[in-house]
Amino acid sequence: MSILACCRTHGLPFFKKTSKAPCTPFLRSINSASTPVYPGHIPLTSFENAFLAVGSGLMSLSDPYRGDMISALGETTAGPALPRLRDAMLQSPEGRRILKDRPRINTKTVDLNALSKLSEGTFGRTYVSWLERTGVTPDTREPVRYIDDPELAYVMQRYRECHDFYHAINNFSVNRESELAVKFFEFANLGLPLAAFSALFGPLTMNAKKRHRLYSEYVPWALRCGSRARCLITVYWEERWEQQTVDMKKEFGLWDAPPARWPKAKQTQTGHDVD
Amino acid sequence: MQPLTGSFKRSLASGRTLNSAFRYLHSQTPSNNPNTQKTTSFGFQTVPEDAKEGLVKNVFDSVASKYDLMNDATSLGVHRLWKDQFVADLKPGRNGPLRCLDVAGGTGDIALRILDYAREKYADRETTVEIVDINAQMLNEGYRRFKQTMYHNTPQVSFHEGNAQELSEKFADNSYDLYTIAFGIRNCTSVPAVLSEAYRVLKPGGTFACLEFSRVNNPVLSTLYDQYSFSIIPLLGTILAGDRTSYQYLVESIRKFPPQPEFAQMIRDAGFRTGTDVDGGAWTDLWGGVACIHTGVKL
Repeated sequence: MSILACCRTHGLPFFKKTSKAPCTPFLRSINSASTPVYPGHIPLTSFENAFLAVGSGLMSLSDPYRGDMISALGETTAGPALPRLRDAMLQSPEGRRILKDRPRINTKTVDLNALSKLSEGTFGRTYVSWLERTGVTPDTREPVRYIDDPELAYVMQRYRECHDFYHAINNFSVNRESELAVKFFEFANLGLPLAAFSALFGPLTMNAKKRHRLYSEYVPWALRCGSRARCLITVYWEERWEQQTVDMKKEFGLWDAPPARWPKAKQTQTGHDVD
Repeated sequence: MQPLTGSFKRSLASGRTLNSAFRYLHSQTPSNNPNTQKTTSFGFQTVPEDAKEGLVKNVFDSVASKYDLMNDATSLGVHRLWKDQFVADLKPGRNGPLRCLDVAGGTGDIALRILDYAREKYADRETTVEIVDINAQMLNEGYRRFKQTMYHNTPQVSFHEGNAQELSEKFADNSYDLYTIAFGIRNCTSVPAVLSEAYRVLKPGGTFACLEFSRVNNPVLSTLYDQYSFSIIPLLGTILAGDRTSYQYLVESIRKFPPQPEFAQMIRDAGFRTGTDVDGGAWTDLWGGVACIHTGVKL
């Protein structure tokens, strides 16, 4: 942990200014290869970062199935948002534990079988049910490549892997409206530019009725709830599998979202009408 | 010997393309005496010689479907001008129909230009081109492209899977008038082997012609070119094709290829007669040396 972080842990004066990353070169040095600082790291010069930001933005719009482009857009545009998130994590004891342990979320690290055996209403059970209803697996998250600081790269990775939890705890599906609602929520809660881009451009491809519904029902909830709730990146979800979801929501300051529309084929566990 | 660093191995854009290549590499049984195991370059990496072919194959399996798009994007369409000049300088069909062998001809750019040139300029419909490529995916792309032309299902074009270093016996000695290889020879493990096979199959009087990326000598142009190659091209690969590593390999392999005079000497070593070692003699620089046409004649 950095000295600054140690200061924070021991309650010494908190410096408002977030730590600044070392200056990235503008031109690529051909003869001396830049060394990666973690597995999969691809160091980019500031020009390349900008180029990739623009390119991945355009590509994400033209082909939304290119998940790697959306990830690249997120990483190249993260800017000061990641240090801010890291500092938020450093301010909370739970967040500090996450930064120390650096837990990952995939089918190897999370025992989904054990979670499915937990009792109804626990967060672990909610999560597993959500995975089953949506058909999503935690294994398909792109690894972080373009963030130079290993700790910030971990924060980005953690954000990516926790995205599903934000869905699950608010009982959102993975259709377009729900994804956009979660993105608005994330933007208000975490402040990542990528969330803003998705929020801005996503609705353009929806039909008018769905868009109206999004803006009239989900967005107000997302922005209010997201901004008032605790910064969810500081939540150590893996320590809370056995907690009741309802209690967790109270603790974080979340309140129920407008009911999400789930695909017709699936019947919700609580027997809601699926329209 | 540790030919591939762990970080390079893990920096795969999409985790799919070269993974199998590296598994293949590490499954090679180590030779009894590692000091004498021959190595060659794979971009800036050093790899065992017998591994290169498999690694290159994986690169081209991966890039095949977007090969033409990426060529246009990375060269901003200029590769078309280079290929046009390459074929125009050869003037196929001027002295009668030719039997051509286009090696590493994958997607058929050169073959199509040869046939079109002979047809348009000399009303020649007897010239034939046999396209050889080691990679089946690239040949498939070429076959698909040719289906849109008038040469499909005619004897003028045919597609063969084969290795430029060891052409099969069906490519008989002394049987071709023209041997072309465009942007392929630097991917071969042994350039001298390719050249001697070219010498074998050409008739006396036949022409060897190679279009390849080469050394840019002008320092200003060279700096710009380096920045473009190492900054922009891998990013274009990431954005358009989701594959950074293949394009990183491609730009590195350009830097490892011998410069113009050395390559001209290698052509002479294979038995060909070339012009003098100046631009305009044994080779012709295009765009300052970014690309270069090398020619030789079998006497």
